[in-house]
Amino acid sequence: MGIRTFTVDDVVTLLDATRWTLILAAIAFAGGGVIGSLVTLARVSRVPALRWLAGGYVEVLQGTPLLMQFFLWFFLLTLLLPVQLPATAVAAIALTLHASAFVVEIWRGSIEAIPRTQWEAAASLGMTRFEQLRYVIVPQAWRIAMAPTVGLLVVLIKGTSLAALIGFVELTRAGQLVSGVTFQPLTTFGTAALIYLALCLPLSILSRRLEGRMHVHRPA
Amino acid sequence: MSIVQLEDVHKRFGALEVLRGVSLAVPRGAVVVLIGRSGSGKSTLLRCVNGLEAVDSGVIRVDGMPVTTDEPSLRQLRQRVGFVFQSFNLFPHLTAERNVSVGLTVVKRMPPAEAAAVAAHALEKVGLADKRDAYPEQLSGGQQQRVAIARCLALSPTVLLFDEVTSALDPELKGEVLKVIEDLAREGMTMLLVTHEMRFAQSVAHEVVFMHEGRIREQGPPARLFASPETPELQRFIATVL
Repeated sequence: MGIRTFTVDDVVTLLDATRWTLILAAIAFAGGGVIGSLVTLARVSRVPALRWLAGGYVEVLQGTPLLMQFFLWFFLLTLLLPVQLPATAVAAIALTLHASAFVVEIWRGSIEAIPRTQWEAAASLGMTRFEQLRYVIVPQAWRIAMAPTVGLLVVLIKGTSLAALIGFVELTRAGQLVSGVTFQPLTTFGTAALIYLALCLPLSILSRRLEGRMHVHRPA
Repeated sequence: MSIVQLEDVHKRFGALEVLRGVSLAVPRGAVVVLIGRSGSGKSTLLRCVNGLEAVDSGVIRVDGMPVTTDEPSLRQLRQRVGFVFQSFNLFPHLTAERNVSVGLTVVKRMPPAEAAAVAAHALEKVGLADKRDAYPEQLSGGQQQRVAIARCLALSPTVLLFDEVTSALDPELKGEVLKVIEDLAREGMTMLLVTHEMRFAQSVAHEVVFMHEGRIREQGPPARLFASPETPELQRFIATVL
């Protein structure tokens, strides 16, 4: 494989790898949403032990670098499982758990932003704690949660780039490979950066717009 | 038999003893009004009756059933005890009709169509039949408070508790809410109210209870109590509020 120049074909290679960036971000977003919602229930529970456990979960995942988490999961899963998991799976697991911690913090904050009197009003009708959440608190909290949740998607798209370091071929790893054969790292990574920007900028703008509408309670 | 009965109820918040041995009985169909200065324990007493606050000692019974901290029995109790808040506390994401029917569909597992019919009837009762599709922010304070009353009525409560329900309202909006309460009194609804509306208390109450520093200082029919208060505390209170 000799040295060649950066061509349209390389752009196609990068765009093709972008697919994996998006798939990984989507898996982490969906999985993190599900796990995060469950951990949020524990985080706002009235059982102190559950609250404490959920709090610890969040602190560990938010208090350590994402790259470190990728490495740890990679080696931990290799050690524990009889078969070598593909890098895709390891990356998906690491990013999903990372996302879930953010989801918990977003949801906890949004739930706590709802006045205590709403809980009281729901309780005074005879609702259980879960019914209070389900029918009164969450339908109001999700409006507050929407903007930071879209913001999380941006964090995740950028976070996928770290999966390159455990050998997962997404946009950044593809950039490394292309730059390796073209010796045009600036052009290559510049193009990759533009692709990231094209993905993230619309989301950032959307998130900011949603923030402005945070206080509207009534469905439009 | 008394619908609400309190026996030697004590409640403290930290170092502050808010209720210092309160005993009170609210007979079926009676309208009992609690008056007294802010901080005298009226609202706390009311919140203890439906378990929003747990008592430290003493017993509260509603319809013979003791108010405990046991969740399932507390939920049973709350379905029969309506609580109307000072700040309405309507659910801002639901229409007036859903505010009223949500307790029926969620708590009583009533089919939605039936719950909607009950809600429509309850809204009609408080004069808001035409506002069923309005969201709380589209309603005036007085209308919101009437929706809140309808929300309680829909559950067919045995007793209604009112916690200074007109205090947050502009003077011109108080009347419509007080009128709803008067209508309920006429129909024989058992009610326990905390209010600063003395003229209203005089007209609607069967019994007025004057609280002072966490205790019941004086109680009796409004005509007697307001005309010839016996304790110096009530004399002073009446002199300042009337």
